[in-house]
Amino acid sequence: MRTCLVVDDSSVIRKVARRILEGLDFQILEAEDGEKALEACKRGLPDAVLLDWNMPVMDGYEFLGHLRRMPGGDQPKVVFCTTENDVAHIARALHAGANEYIMKPFDKDIVTAKFQEVGLI
Amino acid sequence: MTPADYDYLRKFLKERSGLDLSPDKQYLVESRLLPLARKASLPGIPDLVLKIRNGDGRLATDVVEAMTTNETFFYRDKIPFDHLRDTILPGLVQARAARKSLRIWSAASSTGQEPYSIAMCVKEMGAALAGWRIEIVATDLSQEVLEKSRAGVYSQFEVQRGLPIQHLMKYFTQVGELWQLNADIRAMVQFRQLNLLQDFSHLGTFDVIFCRNVLIYFDQDTKAVIFERLAKATEADGTLLLGAAESVVGITDAFRPITERRGLYQLNPARSGRAMGGLMPQPLKVAAAR
Repeated sequence: MRTCLVVDDSSVIRKVARRILEGLDFQILEAEDGEKALEACKRGLPDAVLLDWNMPVMDGYEFLGHLRRMPGGDQPKVVFCTTENDVAHIARALHAGANEYIMKPFDKDIVTAKFQEVGLI
Repeated sequence: MTPADYDYLRKFLKERSGLDLSPDKQYLVESRLLPLARKASLPGIPDLVLKIRNGDGRLATDVVEAMTTNETFFYRDKIPFDHLRDTILPGLVQARAARKSLRIWSAASSTGQEPYSIAMCVKEMGAALAGWRIEIVATDLSQEVLEKSRAGVYSQFEVQRGLPIQHLMKYFTQVGELWQLNADIRAMVQFRQLNLLQDFSHLGTFDVIFCRNVLIYFDQDTKAVIFERLAKATEADGTLLLGAAESVVGITDAFRPITERRGLYQLNPARSGRAMGGLMPQPLKVAAAR
């Protein structure tokens, strides 16, 4: 079973994402900020990361930079999932190594389509 | 809604659009027409039916549009567009090298996502089609969806269903909370109103026809008639693409499935005397930024 690390400071968003992704046969790990997500990645790299942008302690953008510099850190597919819905943020995310980008609010169809797009389904 | 009202609507929709509603689809009619009745300040569907019976043409058109407009999304089902990009277009680049022109038809274009997905696939071909005359004709029964299509403006939800983020960045411009296809992509598609039940020979012939997820709403006899007309509108070495739940099998022998290309059909040489099967090349990987 593939693993997905859901990184969001909102427990509600993590719960919604977990429900959707478990329905898509992913095993879910959760982290409430970038720093905790990084610790989780050091213990074992997931197949996918669903990543919020604005979080306390370490934001999603900074986390992505650290992840991509880790040994094997280019492997996980990273899908941003954020309220930062403007072209400038999307361009920054892609430049930093994000594979896809979800603009909140989202639903199951959108998550499915994006995970299909990056070859995770 | 009374059984008599439902029977009337079934017959009315069959005549006007070919939509073949089974007796158990009352819930579908109610869910689609109740908002329309409210919008027209009518208390319910029986009053809506009465208005149509009394000749309210505008309301009749609105009912047909409400019942035949279906949700779609960019690169729907993905695989047909992979085939278009990886095999169909490269094959046509070779086959049409002398005349340098292509005609593609999106036969039930709904809100425009399918023809615009085709346009983006063509655009991704880059230099291979530079200097070519590419015609993408998109038709739909509904004037309302054609107007939306021409504007090429989509909600945040719509651009996230099937559209890769790189294509959103490359081919769209953000307008507030909405996203508009860039003018060069919009200019590649001609939108026209067309009822597939009526003669469409005036459209001419096409190298590729997308007729996906529309024939499922027609009865077998109507499907057979439309397939015959589609065959006449298909170039001898052309390709017909149907929806995932659709097939020609048992309905017509005008087309035959293309081996190992699910959803793709070519003219049956035994039937048409025009078909030139075998032009479909082995899959070619075209450099594409997808």
